Amino acid sequence: MILLIQYTLLFASVLMLVALGGCFSEHSGVINLGLEGIMVMGALGGALVMKYLPAGTSAFVIVLLVILASMLMGLIYSTLLGVAGINFSADQTLVGTAMNMLAAALATVIVKSINVAENPDNVSSTVQYVQAKKALIVNVAGFQFNWFMLVAVILLFASHFILYKTRFGLRLMACGEHPAAADSVGISVAKMRWAGVLISGILGGLGGIVYITAGVSEWKFETGVAGFGFLALAVMIFGQWKPLNIAGAALLFGFFRALSNVYSGFPFLAALKIPGSIYNMMPYLISLIVLALTSKNSRAPKAEGIPYDKSRR
Amino acid sequence: MKKNNKSLLSNQSFQTLLASLVCIVAGLLIGYIVLLIINPAQATKGIITILKNFLTYGSGKAAMKYFGNTLVKTAPLLMCALSVQFCYSAGLFNIGAAGQYVAGAGLCLYAALVWKMPWPVCLLLSMVAGAVFGAAVGVLKAYRNVNEVISGIMLNWIGLYTVNMALTPVKETASPYTLALSSENPSALLPTMGLGAIFSNNKYVTIAIPLSVLIAVLIWVVLNKTVFGYELRATGLNKEAAKYSGMKEKTNTILTLAIGGALAGLGASFLFLSGFEQWSVTQSSVPGMGFNGIAATFLGGLHPIGTIFSSYFIQHITSGGSYLDKAVYPAQISDLISAIIIYLCGFVAFFRYFINTQIAKRSKNTANSNDVPIETHASGKTETPASADGSKKGGDEK
Repeated sequence: MILLIQYTLLFASVLMLVALGGCFSEHSGVINLGLEGIMVMGALGGALVMKYLPAGTSAFVIVLLVILASMLMGLIYSTLLGVAGINFSADQTLVGTAMNMLAAALATVIVKSINVAENPDNVSSTVQYVQAKKALIVNVAGFQFNWFMLVAVILLFASHFILYKTRFGLRLMACGEHPAAADSVGISVAKMRWAGVLISGILGGLGGIVYITAGVSEWKFETGVAGFGFLALAVMIFGQWKPLNIAGAALLFGFFRALSNVYSGFPFLAALKIPGSIYNMMPYLISLIVLALTSKNSRAPKAEGIPYDKSRR
Repeated sequence: MKKNNKSLLSNQSFQTLLASLVCIVAGLLIGYIVLLIINPAQATKGIITILKNFLTYGSGKAAMKYFGNTLVKTAPLLMCALSVQFCYSAGLFNIGAAGQYVAGAGLCLYAALVWKMPWPVCLLLSMVAGAVFGAAVGVLKAYRNVNEVISGIMLNWIGLYTVNMALTPVKETASPYTLALSSENPSALLPTMGLGAIFSNNKYVTIAIPLSVLIAVLIWVVLNKTVFGYELRATGLNKEAAKYSGMKEKTNTILTLAIGGALAGLGASFLFLSGFEQWSVTQSSVPGMGFNGIAATFLGGLHPIGTIFSSYFIQHITSGGSYLDKAVYPAQISDLISAIIIYLCGFVAFFRYFINTQIAKRSKNTANSNDVPIETHASGKTETPASADGSKKGGDEK
């Protein structure tokens, strides 16, 4: 039972962080379908830091550096969306898709090259971080508390505060609702959208490292992040683009994802003899149903996905 | 002479071709740089290996055989690309092609291995499976306003796990692969009709290859010469306008995605019924065929005929990547290059806009100095990227 709670919280943290990222981007008016790719790159950044940190590093430094590295990687990678989607008015769906494919290929190429350089016989795309991962976890009476859970909660409230209580957040949202109006009162739509995309990069990157450290201590980068970036978008839509609702939605989805990790530990679930594949597809199935039920009256930012063209004001 | 040159540049097909070539060159260049970073000494050899693909084999006979192999995999890729392209004409981004492909593979193999059906039935069933997956996305989009990209991705994973589960009973005992059609049910293998003989007796070269090209032409005809195609394109250009001129946009959305799904599903049977590959029931990621289809579509300038060539190109470099020395370079370099090419395709609208404004500017200048009437056709085609994309994506998720 503790295990189920633990995994639920972990996966909920992942989904919440990434969904919050999507939330910032979409509120500024840019659809970020590249979150999946951003997660992969963030995960890569964090994983490589864990791999290369010397053994004696203190836990605090490890956690800090891993978080910073994955955020930075996410930030850098999200500029691909910013340049194409904001400055060159490219089709955001296309760019996002390209970013997902690129990240999977790039991460695999990078990891494989590193592995081959270390040992010519090792052509796998796996990074191991058994030792460093221990720094992320504090054992509280059988419950493995992960520092990322705390970070996720802090960022949740920070996001809520920034979006609704600061001038920046309100301006950001104005650019996603009615960019022409925002522009007319002197807000730079391009700048605000860049801010939205970069924040989504930071949060997406962080979500990536949380995902690949949840329950495992090595990651095969060829598999990417298994559609989690898109699950996060479903969470965001279900959460109606509001941070606090997103947190609730993330918990629900996180629970179903966690179930596939731990179902064999529950006698009554194991007795049902449902194949593992069913549990594996559960989060995706649930998200389809949830989307079907909630998308009709969605409160999506009105101008999202439409490149802003000043000359058409 | 100069005037000739100008009108060539303002020609839309020429612009598309030019843009695609620029994307390819830039993509290859970046790929080359990546190779240089990994191992400078062998980078040139590496990129040549990717580009040469089957030509690596010196003798004509072996090269022809491997050329056949590349074509065998081009057919399914072309079908996925056509699926994406067809849907994109109606303003729908069918990223679910990957899942529709998986569904098609699942049902055709199930029919072939469990029900022992002959190939025409398997082919048909693969289309049905793909169409069901596509239609599901369409229904969700039309009636429940679910973004087709997100539902498509969800269905990709649902499809993968379902197919893995369904095909587990017919896998080889010692491996995760499904039983070979040649021993289990030869009647399900697609006929080669003598095509194999051309490619040094490559038995995997089947009617799938000419069929896929034929379907590409068919798609072009449907899109450009039928009322249905006209309605689809109208919906793609401006959803609201199409709706208010009496087109049934909901039915069209579902039908478009169902047809798109059928194409991707058929693509899967083109590969798996050739016996070239067997399905691995333990695979944990969605096959890349559908995603590469997106690359081929956009590289082909969103035109069915262009897609034939771009599909071949994408498959050519993908196959070429597998000939790289694994101890030096990972095969995923090819995926990297395709991904960069798609990313760059995002700039094509801007590229066109830029060329057209330049042409318009120049013709304006000559008009002022020589009193020649302004070439209206050049400026008439000027299309800001915002209007092209905005109207397509504007209605999503609301």
